[in-house]
Amino acid sequence: MKLRGTGVAAVNYPTGMNLGGDPSQALIHATTSGTFVVSLSSTDLGQGHRTVIGQIAAEALGVAMEDVIVDTADTDTGPHDMGTFASRATHRVGNAVIAAALEVREALLDVAAEELEAARTDLEFDGQGNLMVRGAPARSLKIADIASAAQFKYGKTIAGRGAFMKPKSPVDPETGAMDPDSTEAHACTVAEVEVDTETGEVKVLSIRSAYEVGRQVNPALVKGQIVGGAWMGMSHALYETTAPYYPDPGHAPKDFSEYLMPGAHEIPQIECVVLEYPSSNGPYGVKGVGEMTANSPIPAIVNAIYHATGVRIDELPVTPELILRGLDAKRRAALVAPAADTTATAGR
Amino acid sequence: MASTIVTFELAGREVEVMVKPMTTLQAVLRYQLGFTSVKEGCRQGGCGSCTVLVDGEPMMSCLLPVEDVAGRRVTTLETITPDEGVHPIQQAFIDHTAFQCGYCTPGMIMISKALLDHDPHPTREAIVDALAGNLCRCTGYEPIVAAVEGAAQATAGKGAPR
Repeated sequence: MKLRGTGVAAVNYPTGMNLGGDPSQALIHATTSGTFVVSLSSTDLGQGHRTVIGQIAAEALGVAMEDVIVDTADTDTGPHDMGTFASRATHRVGNAVIAAALEVREALLDVAAEELEAARTDLEFDGQGNLMVRGAPARSLKIADIASAAQFKYGKTIAGRGAFMKPKSPVDPETGAMDPDSTEAHACTVAEVEVDTETGEVKVLSIRSAYEVGRQVNPALVKGQIVGGAWMGMSHALYETTAPYYPDPGHAPKDFSEYLMPGAHEIPQIECVVLEYPSSNGPYGVKGVGEMTANSPIPAIVNAIYHATGVRIDELPVTPELILRGLDAKRRAALVAPAADTTATAGR
Repeated sequence: MASTIVTFELAGREVEVMVKPMTTLQAVLRYQLGFTSVKEGCRQGGCGSCTVLVDGEPMMSCLLPVEDVAGRRVTTLETITPDEGVHPIQQAFIDHTAFQCGYCTPGMIMISKALLDHDPHPTREAIVDALAGNLCRCTGYEPIVAAVEGAAQATAGKGAPR
């Protein structure tokens, strides 16, 4: 028999962490060709960190994204960063990059004031890669040309330093209260499953989610996190484990052919909507949307299995064996107490 | 055992490599010839990241002794990428955000090319079947399936370029 069920789960997810303080730093400098290098020590794991930081830097510098190079090459030589984890990078590094860009703009203003023979306070950025005398568009210089002049004519650097730190927050020993994060993103997921009561296999039919992630710097990348995270959550819920027959490590998977993950055949219908309530302290109002995407699908799927079968499972992954044992236990319980009100005991 | 010389066709040219017996095509392509799109994910045929075409057929190059491709035509992501711009399947992967870390992408594109060369109008089921041996850890597969569908539409009737 195949039983269908629907489950729901929600998540509030912290952006960043706070153990001994949570700093990120960024350095920006102009090259001789007028492009800007943003040096970081927080790497891109594939989520698009370099892309969103490039967008933020371009916005803050007032230049085209094509003129920004984000360099995350080397944590030995780059500015200090705690790293890319805890859904912190866009928030922390983005703030540091904006601070660094403000210093760069000051350096550009110094040189532009001399080049244009204008008062510093009369200059403005047009956001399109130019600096001009306010109200006199004819008196305008390309930012790339200002950077070049700084280096070849004035012997100056065009550079900026930026830092952002979430300070350490001690834990109140009486209450446990502390300030653990900078902001929180939210999501709610509804999962539909079909459970085969003969085999114990679970097919996930759909994962539908609503996300509130602050301002989206790059909606395509946000969607990529949500869709990929839904698959990861499903994989954690039903497939992945390094110790399927714990405690004997001899049975642990040794390679990709033994480590179970769902593939292209198993993908459910995945849908999402994204709401934007900007945070007060992220760059342009962002919150973190990374790790959280693999969270709510897991309890949503487990709740859907409960809804479908009445079997409450409290360990992961939910293997066919766990479901069959749960169904057996339910049948035995029904035999022991046949007179009980079945509507009240169903699923206990 | 003594090294031997193996010749095969790559990017329209005959290449000649000297190899120890049982050296894999993957190792030759990546480490001797510098074709770094050919990834070494698991070295046991479990992940598909090393997929290349041999005479148009998809093969996991990590399981293939290079002697077996002597005299045959090998196609990698490098050889289908035009000098200017990108291949229609690459464009479809970009349009559908079908990669994140990018490690599986060369293998995914090569298996997709093999599918579209054989079946220019694949059903969704055929696409999913074709991708079954290739692992992706980031995207959840759906964007990749959508990219292959998009590439099929983009190249429909014209045939995917070699």
